[in-house]
Amino acid sequence: MITIITNKILGKNSTSSKRADGRASDELRPFKIEAGVLERADGSAYLELGGNKVIVAVYGPRELHIRRLMQPDRAVLRCRYNMAPFSVDDRKRPGPDRRSVEISKITSEALMPAVFLEKFPRSTIDVFIEVLEAEGGTRCAGITAASVALADAGVPMRDLVVACAAGKSEGEVVLDLSEVEDKDGEADVPVAIMPRTGEVTLLQSDGNLTPEEFGKALNLAIEGCMKLSEAQKEAIIKRYGD
Amino acid sequence: MIFIEDKQMVIPGDVLADKEYQSGRGTFKEDDKICSSLVGLVAIRDKKISVIPLQSKYIPKRGDVVIGEITDIRFSMWNLDINSPYSGILPASDVFGKEKRDLNKAFNVGDVLFLRVVDVDEVKKVKLGLKGRGLGKFRDGILIYITPTKVPRLIGKKGSMINMIKDETKCEVVVGQNGVVWVKGDPSMERVAEKVINMIEEQAHTSGLTDRVRNMLFELLGKEIPEKEEKPEATEEATDEEEEEEENGENLIQ
Repeated sequence: MITIITNKILGKNSTSSKRADGRASDELRPFKIEAGVLERADGSAYLELGGNKVIVAVYGPRELHIRRLMQPDRAVLRCRYNMAPFSVDDRKRPGPDRRSVEISKITSEALMPAVFLEKFPRSTIDVFIEVLEAEGGTRCAGITAASVALADAGVPMRDLVVACAAGKSEGEVVLDLSEVEDKDGEADVPVAIMPRTGEVTLLQSDGNLTPEEFGKALNLAIEGCMKLSEAQKEAIIKRYGD
Repeated sequence: MIFIEDKQMVIPGDVLADKEYQSGRGTFKEDDKICSSLVGLVAIRDKKISVIPLQSKYIPKRGDVVIGEITDIRFSMWNLDINSPYSGILPASDVFGKEKRDLNKAFNVGDVLFLRVVDVDEVKKVKLGLKGRGLGKFRDGILIYITPTKVPRLIGKKGSMINMIKDETKCEVVVGQNGVVWVKGDPSMERVAEKVINMIEEQAHTSGLTDRVRNMLFELLGKEIPEKEEKPEATEEATDEEEEEEENGENLIQ
């Protein structure tokens, strides 16, 4: 007899966890970060986190021609988060939509506190985040990869910003929600921090959580950030193959 | 307390030392701790810690000599791209004096010039000038772009590296502080010089580079590698030692 093994069955058999992919509640999906993947960009990074594939290019600091955007005392940090049409199961209509405009904005705001923008007045630093494949948690993947790309571009920074999400799925607070957990789950809390000081640069919360659950999710997300932070550092050092 | 060694590679956010040290370039102070703000190599001089970046953009400084390309001609000045976040301007008065002449007749869009940064003001307006020996327009030749922080490494101690390239390839080589290198010579030799310069950029953070560059030059030129005189290379530091480029007397306009 042929049994079709589905994620549901796998999840039920595993004793360690109730999660669909059999992860522990505080376990990240497998990840990989690489710096300096693009030839023509000033800095770049590629990140895989579970089924997410994200590529980031950084250009700048460079001349800003748009006068009204120019800041006399600092550089502007422009981010563009974009999902490829083939990044999701149903084709995504290309071009910016409400969601990607929001993510572009929060990404730039999450990175800004870490960058010494005041060193390059009247110029711009452009960050392009391209999601090649999406499987939940792409905004965090984008931020994590973007700070590696910024460091690779030689942009002076206070710290490497790292982001990770936590949330609630099937009644349990879990780390690093996958796409199913995000869609069917009760809540999603993406968090970005500067790991050295622990300052939070991004904190969003979507869904319903009790204060206790929220605190638990936040701590879980910070824990996840710390793990990713190590991989970020390794990626940059590996780029110059000591 | 110091947490790192000289020449160690650091990344942004790495804590380098405690407050008894001074914070130099590429570092910042936070809560009595000195941290790195860049990806680079640590340089400790006495009590001063700095980080030499592996990748950077050129920030114009008064007195620097740079290579720029004309991007636009305006009423009384040229606009130049100097491989930096800030573009440069060359006033017509600097070239013609009080005389009124057509700007197109002197330089056109796309021309490559060797200039001096005369002034950088608070709003980062970069004024360029052509007054000085060797400054002027380049004819023919190729341009090679490198990271500006690696310029001292390319020049070497007292110009040792750059002179070696010049002697071996018989090319004229001019290095701008902004990381633009102009090379003119036999086309095949230009290519050899380009390869060598790109190699220097890639390996600028390693030691014993001069020997490897010499070997590469000889290999590319198909020459015998001469007996190596065992002389431990005093590790050159790609730091502030801003060595003046050998200026070439040709290519002056008028």
